[in-house]
Amino acid sequence: MVPGLLFAVYVFVLAMFVGFEVITKVPTILHTPLMSGSNAISGITIIGALLVAGASSDPTLRTILGVLAVIMAMINVVGGFMVTDRMLQMFRKKGEKGA
Amino acid sequence: MELSGILPTVIEIAYLLAAVFFIVGLERLSSPTTARGGNLIGAIGMLLAMVATLLDTHIISFTWIIVGVVIGSAIGAFLARWVQMTAMPQMVAVFNGFGGGASALVAAAEYLRAGGGAAESFTVSLTIVLSVLIGAVTFSGSFIAWAKLEGHFERAMTYPGQQVVNALILLLGIASGVFLIVSGQHVNVFIVLTVVSLILGIVFVMPIGGADMPVVVALLNSYSGLAAAATGFVLNNAALIISGALVGASGIILSNIMCRAMNRSLANVLFGAFGSQTQAVGGGTSAEGKIVRDINAEDAAIMMAYSDSVVFVPGYGMAVAQAQHQVRELAELLGERGVTVKFAIHPVAGRMPGHMNVLLAEANVPYDQLFEMDQINPEMERTDVAVVIGANDVVNPDAEENKASPLYGMPIIKVHEAHNCIVMKRSLNPGFAGVDNPLFYKDKTRMLFGDAKKSLTALVNELKKID
Repeated sequence: MVPGLLFAVYVFVLAMFVGFEVITKVPTILHTPLMSGSNAISGITIIGALLVAGASSDPTLRTILGVLAVIMAMINVVGGFMVTDRMLQMFRKKGEKGA
Repeated sequence: MELSGILPTVIEIAYLLAAVFFIVGLERLSSPTTARGGNLIGAIGMLLAMVATLLDTHIISFTWIIVGVVIGSAIGAFLARWVQMTAMPQMVAVFNGFGGGASALVAAAEYLRAGGGAAESFTVSLTIVLSVLIGAVTFSGSFIAWAKLEGHFERAMTYPGQQVVNALILLLGIASGVFLIVSGQHVNVFIVLTVVSLILGIVFVMPIGGADMPVVVALLNSYSGLAAAATGFVLNNAALIISGALVGASGIILSNIMCRAMNRSLANVLFGAFGSQTQAVGGGTSAEGKIVRDINAEDAAIMMAYSDSVVFVPGYGMAVAQAQHQVRELAELLGERGVTVKFAIHPVAGRMPGHMNVLLAEANVPYDQLFEMDQINPEMERTDVAVVIGANDVVNPDAEENKASPLYGMPIIKVHEAHNCIVMKRSLNPGFAGVDNPLFYKDKTRMLFGDAKKSLTALVNELKKID
């Protein structure tokens, strides 16, 4: 198990560096969309929620937790991406016409 | 090769692609012209990851998945569609909380799966504990942040011995976590861990004041990412680990930027209980015996109309009054008269990173008129009129001149260097930091008292009369 864990830690640390590199380039004017957009990405936990919610055909306590997790994660994902899109469509340069 | 044989590989590749989509999506957020496409790429990545997961043979029933997805999507879409732009900080806090909550729930379900008394492997127990802890703190903390942003118990809430109590709660959480890791299955202890984590989230945000919420929201954003990454360790899933790390990094960077813009350390923001009371500050900033010069809308309109350059400095007051559309109208009228109009945005103006930019974008202010503090400050002394709309601490000259002020050292927008300064404000009440603002008493400052929206509407009407 430890080599597996170590490998996962590698992935985590390298991804952090990628995150720092990419996100430092985001300008101040886009910081709110950055927050809500990255927020939506943290809804990736939906993967785990789906696996738990679909693990058995008769509902157990696990299934209940799983469904709650799916609901919460989907609020995060759908709400996050939609609200980010709503904000980003408002940003325009001088002279550009609005949608 | 049989289909079932290659399926796990296909799923893994889909996860890898999803992670790449997220990174490319975030990269495109570096410019307003590509940002919307970037967000779409991120959403496609998420869809890809979800579809791949549904192919997993461990999923044997879709009934409850469909129920959950439909309910969650409907709520999310409803909130995203109907939230007002001025309420965006609250919305982000809420979404954040749900993300953290979902991670904690998944970890709890994984804990239940192990069932029986069989000791889990060290790694699995450790990551489950971390995931529950961070996820639950994010969940409850985000909802307290939401309440504060809505204006409930906005001030920092403190009592004597608070930090000792909080430290004890944290210790109890750590102790129950360690116990679970070492001795495996104890449902009661697991419940203790969950409850303590939820309480931790509450007591962690309670002592922090409303205007420091940008830092808190950014930090909780980071936590929700770390919670997802911890869940990734539980499930041994690289997509979760990578995405969680990306979000974790983004939150850390943003909270850092916010702290730097206030010249305060993260520790000071989290534990300093800033703004818990109105401080009496030395250095002669008392309001008594000072002359305030007010101005009416007509004179203010004339002053702006016949100047060469006007810089607007919006703050949280503009958001509260929802006055962004009136500001834009005023700016357009001035622009038509040939006045150079710029907007100066302080990094911590408002209640979340970039708050003012979003509001002004909503009102159709082109983003090439928006300037960051460092860009605009060198121009301030050549500016005819600086118009402060519902901002206070971020334009307080004490931050530069008065060493006794709690704001001393905070970078500000130097409106006091402009030839004239008009401050729109409801009253002379101090700003969030509870510090009086000497700007109001300067010779070249004129106060335009009243609700920002009404004042701006009056200015627009007066400006239309001039010709």
